[in-house]
Amino acid sequence: MAWCRGVDPVRILGTFRGNDQGGWDPADHNFQLYTIVIGAQTLHATGYAMGIAKDGRVGGDDPAKDEAAIVYFGDGATSQGDVNEAFIWSSVFTAPVVFFCQNNQYAISEPLERQTRVPLYQRASGFGFPGVRVDGNDVLATYAVTQDALNKARGGEGPSLIEAYTYRMGAHTTNDDPTKYRIASEVESWKLKDPIARMKSFLIRQQVADNDYFDSVKADADALAAKLRADCLSMPEPAPDSIFDHVYPHGSPELDAQRATFTRYLDSFADAPAGGHR
Amino acid sequence: MTRTMTLGKAINAGLRTAMEDDPKVILMGEDIGRLGGVFRVTDGLQKDFGEDRVIDTPLAESGIIGTAIGLALRGYRPVCEIQFDGFVYPAYDQIVSQLAKMHYRSAGRLTLPVTIRLPFGGGIGAVEHHSESPEAYFAHTAGLKVVACSSPAEANVMIRQAIASDDPVIFLEPKRRYHEKGEVDPEISVEGAFPLHASRVLREGTDCTVVAYGPMVRVAMDAAAAAASESGPSLEVIDLRSLSPLDMDPIFTSVRKTGRMVVVHEAPGTLGLGSELAARVQEECFYSLEAPVLRATGFDTPYPPARVEEHYLPDLDRVLDAVDRCLAH
Ligand SMILES: Cc1ncc(C[n+]2csc(CCOP(=O)(O)OP(=O)(O)O)c2C)c(N)n1
Repeated sequence: MAWCRGVDPVRILGTFRGNDQGGWDPADHNFQLYTIVIGAQTLHATGYAMGIAKDGRVGGDDPAKDEAAIVYFGDGATSQGDVNEAFIWSSVFTAPVVFFCQNNQYAISEPLERQTRVPLYQRASGFGFPGVRVDGNDVLATYAVTQDALNKARGGEGPSLIEAYTYRMGAHTTNDDPTKYRIASEVESWKLKDPIARMKSFLIRQQVADNDYFDSVKADADALAAKLRADCLSMPEPAPDSIFDHVYPHGSPELDAQRATFTRYLDSFADAPAGGHR
Repeated sequence: MTRTMTLGKAINAGLRTAMEDDPKVILMGEDIGRLGGVFRVTDGLQKDFGEDRVIDTPLAESGIIGTAIGLALRGYRPVCEIQFDGFVYPAYDQIVSQLAKMHYRSAGRLTLPVTIRLPFGGGIGAVEHHSESPEAYFAHTAGLKVVACSSPAEANVMIRQAIASDDPVIFLEPKRRYHEKGEVDPEISVEGAFPLHASRVLREGTDCTVVAYGPMVRVAMDAAAAAASESGPSLEVIDLRSLSPLDMDPIFTSVRKTGRMVVVHEAPGTLGLGSELAARVQEECFYSLEAPVLRATGFDTPYPPARVEEHYLPDLDRVLDAVDRCLAH
């Protein structure tokens, strides 16, 4: 998504490198920062969509001026109170929001059955809006249902839920160990459903792309990957006193004082011998 | 017989003992079953005690604590793991308005022996919400007890004492110390051990009292050792251990001897534990104090990105700087 919204991927890596907590301007890209607290963003998207409706930007005479919000979350997130509240709010306020659940069947180690006993898309009907399940490894189908849901939201028909059924191929994080909770054959079977490989064979079969095209895509991807690695490694270290930046829009005298004390403290090391402490 | 264990393993062993001793003890949390928790603190427990007693919950913290309350009402002793400090807030209402107050509201008829395990603090290079120190929110809430362990031996016995307690206990685990090793006596009884709600002098000294808890105890001890090795001030280090209720007597005794106190914690300074300790010490030891009580704490900012966290966290130098300023009075 970030890529489609024109966010430089290195801006995202900055967060994971520990440089910042969201390195792009959401307004520049119409793309909000990531939310680490699972599910909280669904309420934000709902409120934003309520604002769109209040501004009269749904179901207008000129569809090109209509707007909608879309929010992404996982299967695990659907258990959070926030997500269920977002479903209620969006429904009763007919908010132009699309809930896009990437159901990759695992929340870290917990399988889908720990979050739900019905297919997730069916939950929507209980809240009073449509839900649809799509093959999340089918690029074009996913695109089509997303576009349809967004158009309905823009047209004033309110929220909808998309459950994109897919699979998490790798570990959740470098700290995770999937061998503890799932069997290798499951992963193997999903390798055959790789969305990129499927898209590639589709394009070949349709004869809309040839080997030269795929070679150039691969070359582009390799170059981008190399650039990202280099850019990531050469990210400048944030200044120590950046800790105090942006706590409040107009600063605070107390924090200014803390920053000044901290700076004096750091300066006191200026003539300390290198290596050990004072 | 003592055994060498990491702090994480020591908690694991403590949980195991508690489950063996009392069939009503059950564990609940996200990914604590087959995975053994993201820090592997519950490793192997589901295999040995079954899915009925080691419960992987849906991904909903409010649900974890809310249902733990119900299970406790039904006679169980739930031990809840919240995966990281920053994810306890979805459960905040259940903890502060429900768990903390049920005994009071029921005129003492209901007790809720729920333990909430909370890996807390920073220094692990994580993204936001994974390094916070929310202890003051809970210490500010009557009806909750709040403790922090600082070593494998303490962790092993304190988790057992917390589970055995009839109070709701917020059990703070210094996540950056999970892999540090120490001698543990897993046989020591809950009653025979040093009490849960007591602070403890870890190192005696004469010039300044340094009070710390959780991950900062090690920093305070290192600072005291460094000061001693450089013929600097002689520091008395106290591990607070119980953040609520506070056990002030060992601190008063120490301050009457040293005349000075520095409090160290990772949490922001404003209205942190240091504020309360300073207030109580000036109330009780005013005429013994040679200097104001000083604090070495996190700043009043959100927990910063990982690459600058070393500047946010009090370290040996920051502690000694506070001690120097205290002694300069
Ligand atoms: C409120 C909250 N609780 C716990 C976590 C820790 N955590 C991070 S990701 C994750 C699992 C998320 O699973 P899912 O929603 O299915 O999304 P996926 O990562 O599989 O896309 C958990 C429990 C968190 N980030 N926020």
